[in-house]
Amino acid sequence: MTAKVSYGSVEVGTELPAQSFPVTRATLVQYAGASGDFNPIHWNEKFAREVGLPDVIAHGMFTMAEAIRVVTDWTGDPGAVVEYGVRFTKPVVVPNDDKGALIEVSGKVAALLDDKRVRVDLTAMSDGKKVLGMSRAVVQLG
Amino acid sequence: MALDQSFVGRTYPPTAPYEVGREKIREFAEAVGDANPAYIDPEAARALGHSDVIAPPTFVFSITFKAAGQVVQDPQLGLDYSRVVHGDQKFVYTRPVRAGDRLTVSSTIESVKSMAGNDILDVRGEVHDESGEHVVTAWTKLVARAAEEA
Repeated sequence: MTAKVSYGSVEVGTELPAQSFPVTRATLVQYAGASGDFNPIHWNEKFAREVGLPDVIAHGMFTMAEAIRVVTDWTGDPGAVVEYGVRFTKPVVVPNDDKGALIEVSGKVAALLDDKRVRVDLTAMSDGKKVLGMSRAVVQLG
Repeated sequence: MALDQSFVGRTYPPTAPYEVGREKIREFAEAVGDANPAYIDPEAARALGHSDVIAPPTFVFSITFKAAGQVVQDPQLGLDYSRVVHGDQKFVYTRPVRAGDRLTVSSTIESVKSMAGNDILDVRGEVHDESGEHVVTAWTKLVARAAEEA
């Protein structure tokens, strides 16, 4: 495990480069196939509306997978992530057009821990709403 | 009706091994649009100290969620699965999942609560490799929303 970021180079408040991740209906179909989660609320608009959703929504686990990229792109080594947890607070609604939705993720170092580890707190927004709560990762730095 | 508290602490038998393939990891990385070479190129992964390509941090959920299925669909528990949404998810890793791993999952019901008519279930999945080494623990909170008034 060799994160390219050194523990000595960060402090509480250090910001990680923010990123935006587009998600379209095609993305959701591809993710359903790769993850094995074929719940129709992620690809069938008729079904989604019938169960009370505004439209098709992204898999929470897709949003979780995108959010951690702010951390893994920063460390270089994805194996440096030793803990990662989120709360799914609001769905990412994905309209049936070429634009789809955008998941905007930022992160900052929230705490310096023992053994050259740090806690990174992430913020994930879509359409002006916070879609993940308590989104935190513990990362082993070099 | 509130779920039966006697299910708290119940552990289900380990799942049959799931063999993690390089191409499955690649497929997952492509689906989330992540071109990190550690997921695709064994040489790049080795340069980081891994013995083969590793999986993205959330990859293992497809394995642990399938394992949790035996819990949530346990007819004795009586959870209304059609009303279940994913509340929280957390992973604590001993090491990353990597290609070639043969992983088994042991699921335990950690808590059962009823709040405002919703049933809330916390399931812990312990993931081990073929040698018995711990790889990752996955905590999954599932919420079965209260049925609407008829």
